[in-house]
Amino acid sequence: MDHSLIATGLRKRFGQTRALDGFDLRVAPGTVHGLLGPNGAGKSTAVRVLTTLTRLEEGTATIAGIDVRRDPAGVRSRIGLVGQAAAVDEILGGEQNLVMFGRLFGLAKRAARARASQLLEQFDLAEVGSKPVSSYSGGMRRRLDIAASLILSPSVLFLDEPTTGLDPRGRNEVWRAVRQASAAGTTVLLTTQYLEEADQLADQISVMSAGRVIADGTPDSLKSDLGADVVSVVVSDPGRLAEAAGLLGRVAGAEASVDKDARAASTRATTGSAAMVEAIRALDAAGIELDDVSLRRPTLDEVFLTLTDTDTNTKETR
Amino acid sequence: MSAIRAGWIITLRDLQHWVRQPAMPIFGIAFTIMLLLMFAFLFGGAIEIPGGGADYIGFLLPGVFTLTMLFGLENTMAAMSEDSKRGVTDRFRSMPIPSSSIVLGRAGADLLYSALSLAVLMGGGLLLGWRVETGLGQAVLAAALLLWLRFALLWLGIFLGLTFRGAGATMAIQVLVWPIGFLSSVFVSTETMPAWLGAVTQWNPVSITATAARELFGNPTGVTAGLLSTHAVLLAVVVPLAITLVFLPLSARAYRGLGK
Repeated sequence: MDHSLIATGLRKRFGQTRALDGFDLRVAPGTVHGLLGPNGAGKSTAVRVLTTLTRLEEGTATIAGIDVRRDPAGVRSRIGLVGQAAAVDEILGGEQNLVMFGRLFGLAKRAARARASQLLEQFDLAEVGSKPVSSYSGGMRRRLDIAASLILSPSVLFLDEPTTGLDPRGRNEVWRAVRQASAAGTTVLLTTQYLEEADQLADQISVMSAGRVIADGTPDSLKSDLGADVVSVVVSDPGRLAEAAGLLGRVAGAEASVDKDARAASTRATTGSAAMVEAIRALDAAGIELDDVSLRRPTLDEVFLTLTDTDTNTKETR
Repeated sequence: MSAIRAGWIITLRDLQHWVRQPAMPIFGIAFTIMLLLMFAFLFGGAIEIPGGGADYIGFLLPGVFTLTMLFGLENTMAAMSEDSKRGVTDRFRSMPIPSSSIVLGRAGADLLYSALSLAVLMGGGLLLGWRVETGLGQAVLAAALLLWLRFALLWLGIFLGLTFRGAGATMAIQVLVWPIGFLSSVFVSTETMPAWLGAVTQWNPVSITATAARELFGNPTGVTAGLLSTHAVLLAVVVPLAITLVFLPLSARAYRGLGK
């Protein structure tokens, strides 16, 4: 299968900072790929390099088979970019914006108008199409921004933290727009700091830290690779919480974490339900009374924190 | 797509701005008219022109035309920094259009706006009693020299707008434009100033273009001696050319710097 986007060994420095430090990525056609990482991990630099906005120093990247360094103009005709700021004209109306960008993409006046009204319809903006963008809500601006990036049906749509600064309603609107674009066959590369967003939208996730990808996989595989399951118990007597945590840790072969307010102790257990049964037996034998017992998959938050922590630790000890 | 065509589409965007928010261009021009009236009537009676007799209106108008060209610098800079701050420049840069078209679009819109302001001011001037004492050809040449200065200042504005992007920088330029405008022969002849100040203000590019315009319109120049009295038109061609030669490459460099 030919990938829509292949990046190998990308490096980019800003002064002393290594914004990209051996960044590798492969994105399969028609998928939504989430690039997840904290602030400063290099997500935006990766997007800027891949969209030809920032010059690449080292490494190779191709988009829809076109080399980013050798043919930046060719790349530009096959991508759509939604940057961190909603890059639409505030004074013009939504329709005027789409017509202007359409004409810049080389559409004739009439074709640009037709495409604009089609996109306004698709992204639920038809009613406000003639109103100035300055009167739009954050979610509406973002949708217009996404619509403007889809005028030529690009092979790859880049979205750089598209929901940052939006209220929950705006965020849901943008999620719907991303799903629509993806359903229409566009490959999407989305950067986000929000695990929930990656979990909601992405087919594949790459976790980024310090300029490179430190883990790849589907949301489910990342959760199961990293963390096995989580066994947690809630004790009735807060005085015996420490003891319960000790027992739980011994059974699972890992240290248990304690939440005093919730009277809960929890630990990762690779053996899943077997570990839970064993834990209940051990706690029962010790005469510790339980209010609740649960076995659950780790949240992406836990996966993410584990990954980035290990990465920082290994970096520091190096 | 050719750079010219893409540039024109970007210019159209500014024209649409004027239609959507006519207050902006109208107030811009109204402000210059206010300055003009203030000097014509409030101070005009007290100002003498060396070698020009009592025709202060004739002296003042070409000066105000030139000042308008200088004030256009603020528009260029503000529009440029606004677009790069909002990500609009990045959107253009991520599109399959020649990078020069973004600057061409800016140039087209700004020159059109300045030409429009100039036309309005000339109309106003005629109402106030300003006259072209020469012929049509020379008047057209004067207008061309005024827009030539505006063209040179475009590159300065683009350079400043791309280099200093904070709101504070725009403010600083807006403030600095004033002394540059006033330390010139726009309102008074440099020959009435203390010798050292007159020498400095005479070589202000604004003074040079103003003097050339006055000469071509057949209005009093307020310059009776020196290189400027004999070669104003030539200097008004050369000085903006020099500004362009310095700031066009610098703004191209600042533009490429966005991709560093």
